[in-house]
Amino acid sequence: MITISNAKKLFKTKNGSLTAVDDVSLTIKEGEIFGVIGYSGAGKSTLIRMLNGLELPTSGTVDVNGKVISGISSGELRKARQKISMIFQHFNLLWSRTVRENISFPLEIAGVRKNTREKKVEELIKLVGLDGRGDAYPSQLSGGQKQRVGIARALANDPEVLLCDEATSALDPQTTDSILELLVDINKRLGLTIVLITHEMHVIRKICHRVAVMEEGRVVELGNVLDIFKQPKEPITKRFVQQVTEPEETKETIEHLLNDYEDGLVVKLAFVGESAEQPLITTLIRSFNINVNILQGKISHTQNGAYGTLFLHLRGDVPEVKQAVEYLEKASVGVEVITND
Amino acid sequence: MIEQFFPNVNWDTMFEATYETVYMTAISVAITAVLGILLGLLLFLTSKGNIWENRGVYAITSVLVNIFRSIPFIILIVLLIPFTRFLLDTIRGANAALPALIIGAAPFYARMVEIALREIDKGVIEAARSMGASMTTIIFKVLLAESKPALVSGITVTAIALVGYTAMAGVIGAGGLGNLAFLDGFQRSRDDVTLAATIIILLIVFVIQFIGDFFTNRLDKR
Repeated sequence: MITISNAKKLFKTKNGSLTAVDDVSLTIKEGEIFGVIGYSGAGKSTLIRMLNGLELPTSGTVDVNGKVISGISSGELRKARQKISMIFQHFNLLWSRTVRENISFPLEIAGVRKNTREKKVEELIKLVGLDGRGDAYPSQLSGGQKQRVGIARALANDPEVLLCDEATSALDPQTTDSILELLVDINKRLGLTIVLITHEMHVIRKICHRVAVMEEGRVVELGNVLDIFKQPKEPITKRFVQQVTEPEETKETIEHLLNDYEDGLVVKLAFVGESAEQPLITTLIRSFNINVNILQGKISHTQNGAYGTLFLHLRGDVPEVKQAVEYLEKASVGVEVITND
Repeated sequence: MIEQFFPNVNWDTMFEATYETVYMTAISVAITAVLGILLGLLLFLTSKGNIWENRGVYAITSVLVNIFRSIPFIILIVLLIPFTRFLLDTIRGANAALPALIIGAAPFYARMVEIALREIDKGVIEAARSMGASMTTIIFKVLLAESKPALVSGITVTAIALVGYTAMAGVIGAGGLGNLAFLDGFQRSRDDVTLAATIIILLIVFVIQFIGDFFTNRLDKR
């Protein structure tokens, strides 16, 4: 569906040139929700803008649905953009137009006739759950409603790809969730390929199938969301994963415990998919003569399955504890013994 | 009673002068609006970071706008006498004032248009581009549509300035209320004529301001 090959983007600045995107190659499959995560300045914004030609790569090629976005004429590019929609962090609605007129705008651009336009707009208003708000102006809407208008507008020309530029970063957590659910719904119902960029791992966890982690213009890690959660390799990926799996206080609690109790071990278990549902703790207590203290636990659901972390404090005879850890390792869970350093 | 306060006022002449002032203002406002919007768009689009970014075009337009905006209007009229004569074959009458009025006001309005367009969120322009909008669509349906309230309040201010300009143009023989107040009122020491002309000019200004505010408020959906 989307192929980016060796894409590079240089920006000329006063202090020389800046490499925003540095030799990125990616393939995104049809019908996939693909996430790109990175801190601000990582180049993800430039990368996503290459997909609809708002930024052209300095070198390399970008191919979307068989069209070489990086090399077509401006007329063809405008035509192609009608099938590659985009939604934005700050919604970017026309404030002088009502909800209905905003959604109608891309249809006007595509030269759709008035009757057809009106019918389509009504359908879209229903699809995004804005019934009855058609005549409101953007200034009369909440952030979540504005983004719904943005999504409806993006879907107007039946696009093949939807690009989401930090689409939920300006929304509160609850609204974020409802917008994310809407995106998943659209992805399933319309089979739309979605590419999103974000700095929130929560967004990736909730709706993405695959994720690319960007740092300084490069993709440093790429894979299935669940795999990335299970085994993050790069330090930056680990930090992003921790955003979701380990609340701030966990670290403090564990440090505290390590200081207070000289004996025993603090272990962090990572469960993935089915192993998350095994009665592991019961078996552990029954089979080994140890005390198990649950410090903190959390299960997160991703699009590919569940992922959980559990912090345990194991106390008892040293050999017994060691055996218990070995058992845990065999039980197909990720085990990490946390030490005080 | 009116006769008592304004003994020297010939109301037929006053009415004719009012008509001339309104005529000069209306025509020059209409042409200034069109020229100002064109120049303003050119300034905006060729400025740094915009769609037609072009340092040369921007610099030349900007300098010309600044020059004509800076020349005091009374001097501009005199400077433009040869041009007006060439264009209209005369330098007298309401029409002869129009070139100077327009050349004086259009750059002034162009700057206001440029500022109005700069106020538009860049993201909205980007969104339109991402939908595949052509340049014409962006100009008419995004830039001009989104800046409508500012464009209207700008032309209101410009129109009021133009009423003042017409009065100055009157001095060099363009007719209108300024002309009447100067020749009939000031030079013949008939204060009541000057006063009546002033009152009518004030009324014209108030009406323009009222209409302008009305439309600005109606268009503003922010």
